[in-house]
Amino acid sequence: MKYLPTIGLETHVQLNTRTKIWCGCAVDSTSEPNTNICPVCMGYPGSLPVLNAEAVRKTVQTGLLLGCTIALRSKHDRKSYFYPDMPKNYQITQYDQPLCTGGSLDIEVEGTTKTVKINRIHLEEDVGKSTHLRGASGVDYNRAGTPLMEIVTEPDLHSEEEAFAYLTALKRILEYGGVSHCNLERGNIRCDVNISVAEEGSDLLGVKAEIKNMNTFRGVHRAAAYEIKRQIRAVESGTPLVQETRRWEDDQGVTTSMRSKEDAHDYRYFPDPDLAVITLTERQVEAWRADLPELPAARKQRFIEELGLPEYDAGVLVSEIALADYFEKVVATAEGNAKAASNWVMTEVMRVLSETNESASGFTISPEALGKLILLVSKKTINHSKAKEVFAVLLEEGGDPESIVEAKGWAQVSDSSELESFVNEVIKENPSVVEDYRGGKEAALQFLMGQVMRRSKGKANPKMVLELLKESLA
Amino acid sequence: MEPNGGCKSLLAQKSIRELQDLMEKGECSSRELVEAVSAQIEAVDGGINAYVDVNKEAALLEADAADARRAKGEKGLLLGIPVAIKDLLNVKGQSCRCASRILEGYTAPYDATAVAKLREAGAIPFGRVNMDEFAMGASTEHSAFGVTRNPWSPDHVSGGSSGGSAAAVAANEAIVSLGSDTGGSVRQPASFCGCVGLKPSYGRVSRYGLTAFASSLDQVGVLSKTVADAADTLSVVAGHDPRDTTSDPAPVPDYASALGEDLTGMKIGIAEEFFGEGVDPEVAASVRTAIDLCISLGAEPVPVSFPHLKYAVSIYYILAPAEASVNLSRFDGIRYGNRVEAEDPVSLMCKTRDAHFGDEVKRRILLGTYVLSSGYYDAYYVKALKARALLKQDFDKIFEQCDALMSPVAPTTAFKIGEGAKDPLALYLGDILTIPSNLSGGCGLSVPCGFSEAGLPIGLQILGPAFAEEQILRAGYAYEQARGPDLFRRWEVEDGR
Repeated sequence: MKYLPTIGLETHVQLNTRTKIWCGCAVDSTSEPNTNICPVCMGYPGSLPVLNAEAVRKTVQTGLLLGCTIALRSKHDRKSYFYPDMPKNYQITQYDQPLCTGGSLDIEVEGTTKTVKINRIHLEEDVGKSTHLRGASGVDYNRAGTPLMEIVTEPDLHSEEEAFAYLTALKRILEYGGVSHCNLERGNIRCDVNISVAEEGSDLLGVKAEIKNMNTFRGVHRAAAYEIKRQIRAVESGTPLVQETRRWEDDQGVTTSMRSKEDAHDYRYFPDPDLAVITLTERQVEAWRADLPELPAARKQRFIEELGLPEYDAGVLVSEIALADYFEKVVATAEGNAKAASNWVMTEVMRVLSETNESASGFTISPEALGKLILLVSKKTINHSKAKEVFAVLLEEGGDPESIVEAKGWAQVSDSSELESFVNEVIKENPSVVEDYRGGKEAALQFLMGQVMRRSKGKANPKMVLELLKESLA
Repeated sequence: MEPNGGCKSLLAQKSIRELQDLMEKGECSSRELVEAVSAQIEAVDGGINAYVDVNKEAALLEADAADARRAKGEKGLLLGIPVAIKDLLNVKGQSCRCASRILEGYTAPYDATAVAKLREAGAIPFGRVNMDEFAMGASTEHSAFGVTRNPWSPDHVSGGSSGGSAAAVAANEAIVSLGSDTGGSVRQPASFCGCVGLKPSYGRVSRYGLTAFASSLDQVGVLSKTVADAADTLSVVAGHDPRDTTSDPAPVPDYASALGEDLTGMKIGIAEEFFGEGVDPEVAASVRTAIDLCISLGAEPVPVSFPHLKYAVSIYYILAPAEASVNLSRFDGIRYGNRVEAEDPVSLMCKTRDAHFGDEVKRRILLGTYVLSSGYYDAYYVKALKARALLKQDFDKIFEQCDALMSPVAPTTAFKIGEGAKDPLALYLGDILTIPSNLSGGCGLSVPCGFSEAGLPIGLQILGPAFAEEQILRAGYAYEQARGPDLFRRWEVEDGR
């Protein structure tokens, strides 16, 4: 018997607004505990929420990037449950009228493209962070009130690979949209995974388990793979599954039961009377749409058509927004040497980035410096091998490429009389090699080239050297 | 009492306008006024229990600051006037216990917007006055700090939930007080204690810093000695607040300029439903006499009907507890206030709430939790919302025909202490005449209109549509000026003896 797993994801994304969703406190996960708090985000008596307009804009823009329908009228509701990390013991969320509905995201798995339908995106508040110490518990409320988007898919995913691909594609969109810092280590993206398995061909879905609060994509991949196997084993052995919430135990590589459906909370949702209905106009939504950044697919096409890049190059460069932005800045300084810029970024820059595990947005060598370096090569001030040395200096010490070339005396020698004397010396000192060349051995020419370059301390213009050698040996 | 105590208690008996006149002439200072109010509290509060906290030293410093502002030539409606604050409005640095044990130890870290506006105007937040715990009640018997007695008869209640405010103003222990009105909590105690009570329209005064009972119904209100004082105080505290998205951006009119002695051209609606079963004949007669007086001042009576009035109490006792049950979730002993220690956070929260909420609060949390719970939500909460819309339509129709509606504030005069506890449902029914204004978002005024044979005050209620404060204040002021000494007198110190 074959089984088809069905997976739906609820992804919580912290928005990168400057301030919290209901108050003016800073959103900053690096601050000392309980320093970014006020009566509002601490749920003090008498305090009231005021909706952060930036959070609405960023949620709507995410919806637009995912092709959602934007609700011109939506509202916030209170979801009640008691937990110390939730200052009011109710979370302000959106229950039945979310900001965005519908939409989809294309993912690529094993070379084929698949469309994952989005059910909804709603805007809510994050809660504080509990810390359990020996014999005591503490709560840091800095995180409480961070604007949080919940993006819910339809149950359209059918394998752990698809779940992983979806999250990767979603993260890329969020980065492109500039709506979240997308830092997984800081918990900017957290995910609940709903999984069931059913016999292939069956119209019925199996019994669902929800794995809560995953904060790495690799974890989602592993947990989904485990859970699918667990459920198939249960179905095959005739063990009845129960609808339940499970927890991923990362170190053991298993999921364990947290609570069954019978113990589920009654959240007692009702409209929050402290907040007005959110009303948007078509005009506002269109203005936000016009303000959207270019998406990866469109950017790739532009790189191919306008900059003349090969499809492969364009694809690599747009894979990460920071890399594409870096590349575009390099091209701007390098006065249109797009292919040279692409070569530099894809080889030298990406090599260093992967070694240091950094993003292009914070790369040591500014795109302007790299652009200038490319210009020095294209204007034949230096040759390519010296350029690589300049790159190394920029990486180590920083500075300006032109000054480095000048200070190190690395400018290319293109003076033909100087080069001629090097060529004559090399020919005189290597009669047997000269014989070989004249006897038809092409490789001998490379040796003589190398000798001339060495004599010039690498600064000789290689094209001129080659011409002079050929002339003298003719 | 100090040698000039007599003079001081005379000061405490005066209205804001009379005091402004005296201070302007240099015949008394804000410091003397605070001293006078304080002396009156010391003299009579033992028998009334209107205050749960008095901050005299800090108030005297603020009084000096107000006197200094006046010396520099500043004028202001409330400059130098002490204002008693209901125990659920946050005043920075003061306790704010909402008459509950659960907030024991909590110190407000900020000023409510209404309080901040008072300070800006040079008024002095002076003392915290008693109430039913979290404003849930109509008698101030449900206070963790004891009942507030009616100044006119100590074995009777002061009304509620702003009973402390009303009793303090009536007994000259305060010049004016800020209260809150969710279902009649300003108007009913004002009626029971014989002072003026103003519930502004929903959105007129910011709720920021007002500890929430039922967010869609709560409104900061004023309890004062005269209608003009209520108008002046509203002018100071009203207005849009960016911290409260339910506050209204409409500009604040000069309420005082609306006051006049003539009611020519004003249409007064009279709905017989408001004089129906359960309304004490003595109360009804007194209110009808008051309406007749308004007609003699030029007002035109218009018979109107209010068919959905009978549903008002049911609607209210679904919606208000529903909102309250969730609003009060935050009181858990984790971040502030009182705490019962326990092994784990959940038992800590349960034990704290069990130990420190009073019975009436628990009753309403249970009611609210029930009506919001899965399977009952549509039958109760959603249905009540629909009925609320119908009731509002009644009001809309009425105010197409008239400028203001006149009725009794409460079906009875103040009842005896302990009487309400026998039958909570009967007590809830006593709110029927005040609740509709909260459900509709309109404004309402309570003006003293006589005494019962037992010597207890009776109140005339004047209701208006949303943002028609000028109309109801105008009607109330004209009536008050024409009323005559048989129907009203200020409390004398001897009354408390």
